[in-house]
Formats: sequence, C-alpha cells, structure tokens
Amino acid sequence: MSALTRGKALLTGKYRGYVVFVSVALLLLAVAPAALDPFRLSLLAKYLCLAIAALGIGLAWGQGGMMTLGQGVFFGLGGYAMGMHLKLTEAGDNGLPDFMTWSGVEELPAIWEPFRNPVFALAMVVVLPVVVATALGVLVFRQRVRGAYFAILSQALAAAFVIWLVGNQGLTGGTNGLTNFYDIFGMYPEEDSTKTTFYFIVVIAVGVLYLVARHIVRSRFGRLLVAIRDGEDRVRFLGYNPATVKTIVFATSAAMAGIAGALYVPVVGIISPALLGVVPSIELLVAVAIGGRFSLAGALLGGVLMNWARTTFSESMPDGWIYIQGGLFILVILVAPKGIAGLAGQIGDLVARRRALRTAPAPAPEPGVKEEVPV
Amino acid sequence: MSAETGETEIGGAETVASETVGDAPKSGLLELRDLMVVFDGFKAINGVNLTVGEGELRFLIGPNGAGKTTLIDVITGLTKPTSGTVTFAGTSLIGRKEHQIVRMGIGRTFQTSVVFEELSVLENIDLAATFRSPLVRLLRRRRGVSDEVAAALETIGLQDLADRPAGILSHGQRQWLEIGMLIAQGPKLLLLDEPVAGMSKDERERTGELLTEIARDHTVIVIEHDMEFLRRYASTVTVLHEGTVLVEGDVAAVQADPRVQEVYLGRKKEDAA
Repeated sequence: MSALTRGKALLTGKYRGYVVFVSVALLLLAVAPAALDPFRLSLLAKYLCLAIAALGIGLAWGQGGMMTLGQGVFFGLGGYAMGMHLKLTEAGDNGLPDFMTWSGVEELPAIWEPFRNPVFALAMVVVLPVVVATALGVLVFRQRVRGAYFAILSQALAAAFVIWLVGNQGLTGGTNGLTNFYDIFGMYPEEDSTKTTFYFIVVIAVGVLYLVARHIVRSRFGRLLVAIRDGEDRVRFLGYNPATVKTIVFATSAAMAGIAGALYVPVVGIISPALLGVVPSIELLVAVAIGGRFSLAGALLGGVLMNWARTTFSESMPDGWIYIQGGLFILVILVAPKGIAGLAGQIGDLVARRRALRTAPAPAPEPGVKEEVPV
Repeated sequence: MSAETGETEIGGAETVASETVGDAPKSGLLELRDLMVVFDGFKAINGVNLTVGEGELRFLIGPNGAGKTTLIDVITGLTKPTSGTVTFAGTSLIGRKEHQIVRMGIGRTFQTSVVFEELSVLENIDLAATFRSPLVRLLRRRRGVSDEVAAALETIGLQDLADRPAGILSHGQRQWLEIGMLIAQGPKLLLLDEPVAGMSKDERERTGELLTEIARDHTVIVIEHDMEFLRRYASTVTVLHEGTVLVEGDVAAVQADPRVQEVYLGRKKEDAA
C-alpha cells in the first residue's frame, strides 16, 4: 500500500474520527497559540467556553430530544460561583466585594461566606447546576412533560433567574453582574500570560468534556437515550424509566453549562444577567442547530462558529448580525436539518462512494450487506 | 398505519347476554376480577373475569371494539381500570407504572409495531435485554453480543440484518424484531397484540412457528383477528364482546358456540366463503 492510499484510508476509513480529533487538537494547542495574538486567542477561548455549553445542548437536545431553552441558568450558576469566589479573594479576609459597598450592604451575606473556599466554589460550579437540573428533571420528566412544553418551562426558568438576579442588587451585583476582577487565582487578567494560560485550560476542558460526551453517546446508555428521543412511550415497555435517564442527561448537560460559565468568567472578565437570559439561551440553541445537533462535533462547531461570526459581524455592522443569525437558522431548518455536520457527513459519504466506484474494477460485492454476525 | 386485516364489522351485531365462564376461583398466573374500564361513560371493559394459568397459550378474540386491546393496556399499566383487580403471580398490578410491570415479568408488543429505527436490529434487542442492570453499568460500551441477545436474534431469524438500522425492516420483520425484543426481556408473561396483522401468508406461517416455539416455555396471551391463524395455532380461546367475556373454551367448542357465530365467527365465515 502506498503512502498516498494509506493517507486516503485514514481520511475515509474508520480512523477518520481519530484523525479529525488529533488535527483539531493540534490546531488548537499548537497552531492557534502561535498564529494569534493574546487578544484574539482570548476571544477564541471565549467562543470555546460557549461551545462547551453548546456541547451540553447537543447531548440533551440532539441525543435526548430535550429542547432546553434555559441553559443560561446553568451557565450563570457556574459563572456566579466562580465570580463570587474571585470577588471574595479580592476583598480580603474581612472586606466586602466592591459592588456591595456601592449598594450600601454592610455585612457579607451568609450565602457568600463559603465561596471564600476555592474548593467549595469550584465544587459548586458543578453541584449547583446539577442540583437545579435534577430537581427540575424530577418534577417535569416524571409528569411526562416534554417537547414544546419542556422548552417553554426551561425558558421561563431562565427568565425568572434573570429577574431574580437583577432584583437582588446587593446580593448579585444586579444588572452589572460580577466584574472588575483583578486577581484570578494570583494572576492579573490583563496580562498576556494569564490569557494564554486560561486559553489552554479551556481547550483542555473542551477536549475532556467532548470525550466524556462521546463516551456517553456510544455506550448502551447513549443508545437508550436515542431510543427515548425517538419513542419514549415504547421505552417504558422495555422496562426502563425514561424520566430517570432524561434527568441524568439533563443534569450532565447542566454541569457542562456550569463549567462553561465558570471558565467564561476568568477568560472574559464578567458574568452578568445579560449573558444568561432568554435570548442568549436561545442563541446557544440556534448555534447548535446550525452546527448540527445530532453530532457532538457539530454542536461544538456551531458554538464556536456562531459566536465568532457574531463578534466579527458585530464589528462591521452591529444591527445586521441578528438578521444573519435568523436567516441562517431558517435556512438550516429548511435545507439542512442536520446542520453543518450533517452536510459534511453527506459530502464525505458521496466522495467515498465516488472513489469506491472509480477504484473498483469490477462490481465488487458491496461491503456491509452480507456481513456475518458473530453469534 | 392501518395495517389491520380481517376487519370485522360490529354494526348490527346483536347484543348477546354475556355469560361469565369459569367463575369458580381457580388460581392462575394472571387473574382479572370484575374489571371495569369506563371512558367518558363508555364501558370499554364491563366486568371481565379472566384467569390465565402458567404455561398457557391463550387467544383473545372478539369484534372491533370488544375491549381486547384495552384489556392488555390495563394489564401493562397503560390504562387505569375504573374498578376491579388485576393480579400477577399473586401481586396486584393496579397503580404500578409501565416499566415496573415490565420488571415484574410482563412484556407486550403493539398493534403498530414500534421499533427504534435509528438503532440497529442488534441494539434494539440488546436494549431490551439489559434493563435489569443498573444504569451506571450501561455507561460501558457494549462489547460483543450476549447469549440471550444472540438466542433471541436466532429465534426470530434476523441474524443477517443484525447490524442494519431497524428503520429499513419490512412490516413483518418489525413484528418479529418486537417479538425478539420481548424474548430478550425474559418475561414470564407475553402479550402479543395482533402479531400477524398486515402480514403476507408466508410471514403468517413463520410467525405461527415463532409463536409455537415461544409458547413452549412462556405464558402467552395473543390478541388475533385472523381466523385461520386462530384455528391453526390456538388451543384455548376467550371471546370478548362489548367489554365482557362472551365465552371461553377450546377452539372447536368456541367455534361451535352459536352466540360466537352470531357476533363474530359466523359473519367471518360467510365473508371468507
């Protein structure tokens, strides 16, 4: 076998996934840090944070059929847990976070106190979203609420969360949220080394969480999830309780959103209600739809691409982006329901079939039709 | 969707006074006592008593609207009875959820077969076989094929299609896949809702063989419209009519019963002739 055909085999055969994964990892870990200045690198880290939340949506919606319009809540819980800890380290042992002083708060609220401990704060990044998602899941999925009703409910949760955050200025920083961080685990945020460090942390988090999600999808549990998406009522007659499975997956996707929010804070330097309300939650879902909700890679791609496009287009035409976004969404629904990932898959299959036709001298038996099953 | 054959018109069928057979309390694997199901004033099931013993192959027949599927829905937890009792191996099934009833050892198929089209034939059966293991164990990748899955696959004869998505299967193959999933569940009692509806002659024959094979080591209740199929494979038959048990007995006796002929078999015979 020549090196060329071996290369082709790598791109079309069963190793395609590994090849793509390693290439993307190299691109993100070696090429991007060398090619981009720290400011652009930090922007990419921001997109990747949002892509982690998108990955969670890909798992819950694409695989499990739970159309969640409230991932902002979990993103926010993770982000605020991180933000509270950073604010407290800055304030020192007896001090108050700056915004509390401005709001006339004189004593640190009891709920803030434990976030001084970094271990507690980092644990809460995952625990809070998981607890809230589990509670919601138990209440909602057991009652067999699903589809559009679940979507509306999750959206209402996002709306309520934002109203509560804005209404409790002294506790949460209100509309401004938590910002002006100048001590992130001993690092100064404006420094290039800080930006690069957090960029690498985010890339590693993306890689690890992608592999976790991929493992779930490929396991029996993942097969069960797809079965529930396509026929929840039938699954009950297989002896499974769909509500339990859906709650576990919803909580997993919430944990991913929480981690995304927590990473977003040191990378971007702010967490505020404007980042996690109804509109950002829907935008995240739209990004997943455009990237391809049935594919985890598609969800990640959508998260990065749409946020990159938003930043780029907003620079040149601030009002135009929302129309482009809406137009793309409609186009995807009409033309490519499986998103960019679906299109890429179709093209890949087409190329592989063409090549097979060209290289096969005689009509060889089509592989896969008469497969012997190891019984 | 409407894959039913042997449609029997009930319009004009005279109401016949029902007779409850077998009111002497013999104990069986499955027992229904004074079962009533009322939908908005309509009595879908009107005082049914039914006992199915362990190892039995029982056919449930009756014109459309007689309450056959409702009966199975009640047993499997899909429909809540208005009154009456349902006990399985001495335990009441009333108020239990669908998946809990499956875990007690009762499996069913549906009139319009529902399989998971995106999963392969093998994965469909595999999921049916693994519901007893804790969810955490399911997080492991499936490696190889377990014995019970392989056995179920062989019984239904879909080995060659094991790795193809279930969505490509024909109607008959889907019904077999459903039966295979049922076998893999390892239930004590199987409820089959019109397994040969919409099947070709060859497919019916194959399904009949499958049924005979399954009935060897399971208790089976089959709802069926198809009279020829009934004559060939049934031993004990319960006839439902307008929500009550009209008559119960072996095939020959039931067929000979004038009341049955009047509401059901007679019409069917004339149609077929």
